[in-house]
Amino acid sequence: MNLTAKLFPARKMILDNGKEITEPRSKTPLILLLLAAAMILSAKITGFNLAIILERGYQFFVIIGQMFPPKWSYLDRIWSPLLDTIKMSLLGSAVGSLLVVPFSIAASSNIIKNRLVLFSVRLFLSVVRTLPTLVSALVATYVFGFGTLAGTFAIAVFTFAYVGKQLYELIETVDMGAYEAMEAMGAGKLRSFLTAILPQVMPTYLSTCLFCFEGNVRYASILGYVGAGGLGVLLNEKIGWREYSSVGMILIALFLTVVLVEGLSHYLRTKLT
Amino acid sequence: MNERIQKAYEQEPRNWGWKLLVALICAALIAWSGASIQGGKITESGLEIAGRILRGIFNPDRTLLFNLTTSGVGYLLLETVCIAFLGTIVGAILAVPFAFISATNIVPLPLSLIGRTIIMAIRTVPPLIYGLMFIRVTGPGPFTGLLTMSLCSIGMVSKMYIEAIEDLDMKILESLDACGCGFFQKIRYGIIPQLFPDFMSTIIYRFDMNLRDATVLGIVGAGGIGAPLIFAMNSYRWSQVGALLAGLIVLVLAVEFVSTRIRVKLARG
Repeated sequence: MNLTAKLFPARKMILDNGKEITEPRSKTPLILLLLAAAMILSAKITGFNLAIILERGYQFFVIIGQMFPPKWSYLDRIWSPLLDTIKMSLLGSAVGSLLVVPFSIAASSNIIKNRLVLFSVRLFLSVVRTLPTLVSALVATYVFGFGTLAGTFAIAVFTFAYVGKQLYELIETVDMGAYEAMEAMGAGKLRSFLTAILPQVMPTYLSTCLFCFEGNVRYASILGYVGAGGLGVLLNEKIGWREYSSVGMILIALFLTVVLVEGLSHYLRTKLT
Repeated sequence: MNERIQKAYEQEPRNWGWKLLVALICAALIAWSGASIQGGKITESGLEIAGRILRGIFNPDRTLLFNLTTSGVGYLLLETVCIAFLGTIVGAILAVPFAFISATNIVPLPLSLIGRTIIMAIRTVPPLIYGLMFIRVTGPGPFTGLLTMSLCSIGMVSKMYIEAIEDLDMKILESLDACGCGFFQKIRYGIIPQLFPDFMSTIIYRFDMNLRDATVLGIVGAGGIGAPLIFAMNSYRWSQVGALLAGLIVLVLAVEFVSTRIRVKLARG
């Protein structure tokens, strides 16, 4: 902060009554310059080329055009993988969000006072959160073999990390008065937590889990790409064979499912909070 | 004291029947989904493989990690960041018109419903699928990743934009009207200052997400760190996987740290 203040000295002005005031120089031009430089660098590295878009961009719409009309007869084959996708995300979300509870408690600074424990649990949660889901799914297929168990595992890992962070942030913002009163009356830590903090945290925790489930349904559909079960297997296959009308059908089924799940979870979440 | 506690307890709503029902439904749903999980045979070799994977990941390949050529971790990460960065900016610009035609306080309801359905449809298709489609258009490479990122950013970004637009304080516009401001002056002094922090915060958040998605996209061949990662995994070179993952984790954590700080600053003004 001091360096920037030295580099860009504030403008000094003397008012009519002789008082001297300073106006800090705006950093907007500098930020814009940096952004422009970053954009040019990125365009160079990624090979950004407008001519290609103009020349071949219509191809994308050709593919979309081929998806319609979708192949309705294909719907019969979709049901079972679609249900698999939903089941994977449901079980994965449930397992992940239950397993993370002790970790979240250990990561909340108002319950655990030991800094080392806090830091290591938080670091663990962050590292798990940065693992790409497809990577954990692929590792899971090596360990558990191909199938929905690998997908469920990957979703559980993702949910674990996501809900974990939300939950410890939630526990930290809780009103500690009731907890302290319980402890003062001689209740143990566990008992005070269950009676004083759990009821405050519960509705938001459940709603976070539902929100995560909602996202997982969308995400689970791609896990099939690495052989972890669900719709992704079909999607990958059909795109590979350029059967775009079947792809269109799968995407429509997925769209309707996501709308349905999202509507349901939205309704439940408004009920919860 | 005790009487008051007793009374408070008695006033507590007695809806345990309803709660039991909800719990039963949840348990039944989970049991239903658990029953059909296939592939649940953790064999000896599975455990052994897991051990080998972990050992490899914790012994990252240092020559790859500190390699400064175009196949080193550093350059791959730079490419991933570039894809995510430019993709976010293009997507954020494309999302503006979508957001304005879907905000209920600006356009009539039927039009906004159409806009929302389009946004929802864009959001539903997983990024991977867009990647596979764009590869047919522009061939494998970082440019494909960039196009995919821009397209899938539109969904979430415009959804957040809509919320910001619908929260606009119309009174400010009315008072600007009363001062005799023109159309563009109203936009410059009435709308942009209100939307700017929310929009920036959304864009920075999306950049954070895109960075994660960009790694996934590499898996289909759309540039970035994903492709080498998946090749290394498919050929069981776990120490290389460890090096790539270590770089990725450090990068994502660093970006997340910085972006959270900027967003907190933006939110507090």
